[in-house]
Amino acid sequence: MQVTLNIKRFNPESEQPFPYEEEFNVEVEEHFTVLDSLIKVREEIDESLTLRCSCRASICGSCSMRVQGHAKLACKTKIIEVMDSEKRIKIEPMTNQPVVKDLVVDMKLFWDKIRDVRPWLQPEGPEPENEYIASNEAMIHLTGVMGCIMCGACVSDCTVLEVDNNFLGPAALAKAYRFVGDPRDGASKDRLKELSKYSGIWDCTRCYECVEVCPKGVAPMERIMVLRDKAIVAGFDGNYGARHTEAFSSLVEHSGWLDELRMIPKTFGMFNPLSLGPLMGMIPVGLRAFRRGKMPPIFHKSIPGVKNVRRIFKKLEARK
Amino acid sequence: MKYAFFPGCVSRGGAPELYPAVIKVCDRLGIELEEMYGASCTGSGILQEKNEFLGDVLNARTFAMAERLGLTIMNICSTCQGVMSQANKRLKDNPDRLREVNDILNEEGLEYKGTAEIKHLLWVMVEDIGIEELKKKFVRLLPDLKLAPFYGCYIVRPSWALEFESHPGREDSLEALIEAVGATVVDFAGKTRCCGFPILTINEKNSLSMVAKHTSDVQNLGADAMVTPCPLCHLNLDSFQPKAATQAGIKIHMPILHLPQLIGLALGFTPKEMGLGRHIVSPKTVEKKIADITATRV
Repeated sequence: MQVTLNIKRFNPESEQPFPYEEEFNVEVEEHFTVLDSLIKVREEIDESLTLRCSCRASICGSCSMRVQGHAKLACKTKIIEVMDSEKRIKIEPMTNQPVVKDLVVDMKLFWDKIRDVRPWLQPEGPEPENEYIASNEAMIHLTGVMGCIMCGACVSDCTVLEVDNNFLGPAALAKAYRFVGDPRDGASKDRLKELSKYSGIWDCTRCYECVEVCPKGVAPMERIMVLRDKAIVAGFDGNYGARHTEAFSSLVEHSGWLDELRMIPKTFGMFNPLSLGPLMGMIPVGLRAFRRGKMPPIFHKSIPGVKNVRRIFKKLEARK
Repeated sequence: MKYAFFPGCVSRGGAPELYPAVIKVCDRLGIELEEMYGASCTGSGILQEKNEFLGDVLNARTFAMAERLGLTIMNICSTCQGVMSQANKRLKDNPDRLREVNDILNEEGLEYKGTAEIKHLLWVMVEDIGIEELKKKFVRLLPDLKLAPFYGCYIVRPSWALEFESHPGREDSLEALIEAVGATVVDFAGKTRCCGFPILTINEKNSLSMVAKHTSDVQNLGADAMVTPCPLCHLNLDSFQPKAATQAGIKIHMPILHLPQLIGLALGFTPKEMGLGRHIVSPKTVEKKIADITATRV
């Protein structure tokens, strides 16, 4: 079967160092992966095609790239599963990281962020005579996140990193969860305090891109959500992210549905001097909405049977 | 054709033009709606951050009400669709969890048997009515309009909850509808990305950057408007577009249409009847193009 690979290329040493797309027609077998086809191109058509790969078994994490618009491991992605009806496949380097050449990106940003979360155990108390003991039960929830192969797919497709490369990002935050959740670590509170700051856990949009593209089921976003809950429980609840979650929850508990009009002041805090700026910034938006008749109702009515919603909240929050 | 109607919070709050547009469109298409007045908010993924089980109980409560009515739930929000689909999947896949949920619902005399179906209006259009049937009902094609789809995260991710394998048409359902009204699809990479709304009050700068990126991208591609099935995306892309443009230091004027407004326009409703006058970014350019189009019976 012949397929067409549309590969985004870039050579910084060429006379015109701009990215461009090049089309390769290549004969493949049904079992071929995207990586197999790229290697075939490199070996038979253009030896200058540059890519990273090693294990060919989804273990080393070297061959992440964008296939049909989404980050994937090229060695784990079968051609027949991703080609379109015309047997075309678009292959690009990962995004959110600078391209070195063709399909190879500079992963410095990725590693810097991993380092930022101090990815090592910081036990407290005197060192034990032998090893630190952790029960299976206490470690089982970490097995998923320990499966991370540092391929960078989640960082590539993160919607927040696309607009702000200060964000710690899904890979580093999943790594942070791995240590916050480790019973042998003594620095969890300190870690949660750091993670609650700007560019940390609260900057995630919960868009599920990282969960979708992770080839190993690490589900970084879901780890970030657990970190948020842990941060609130640990008392780091003064930031806008935590306040937003608490405000949303209490408003839904009160009336059964969201009272949008009260959501913003409740998140910012009416008497918080630091909130004056954000609140004032919302005034022009509110005025425009008011002029167009887009304001939520001032008198927010509860849903019929709201007492049952309140009962459920009371019961389950107490149980938690 | 009858559905248990779950309007969500925003269609009765910050996007009040959406609710009446849905009612009018469904009425004209012969879709009967039994509104679920007693159903609560889905939790929007925010409540689930704190307590996923609590979110599942609240959604199971809604599902049990729909089961009692014997109707499929129809919602009009990508976020509601995603959050309810996720809860439903967890409950259907885990009998122990379902039993635990029912222990709590029983106190209210409710039980969720695990049979609820949840469909966004977009999926109802494409799957239950069908594109060809819809086309027969359209009285005004909109061939001069170039429209960019914008899905909203939770109607496209996570795929484990959204039954794409058994419903492959869902993944490009918005493009199919845009084509059905005779308009041209302006495809762009951001159509399944995040609008930034969830972090609006947490990191406004990033949220507005996302708005500016998506709206200016489609503007540069020549789109007349964007179409979204998600009122939360609409709020951010429309209401905060002027602020986003100021922050980015660029001129952006990109009208944002709610999905039912687009369908309504093709069904012959006027822009006013569809509430276009309530948008922050004036859709006058769209309205003018529609006025120029001679009503055409398909």
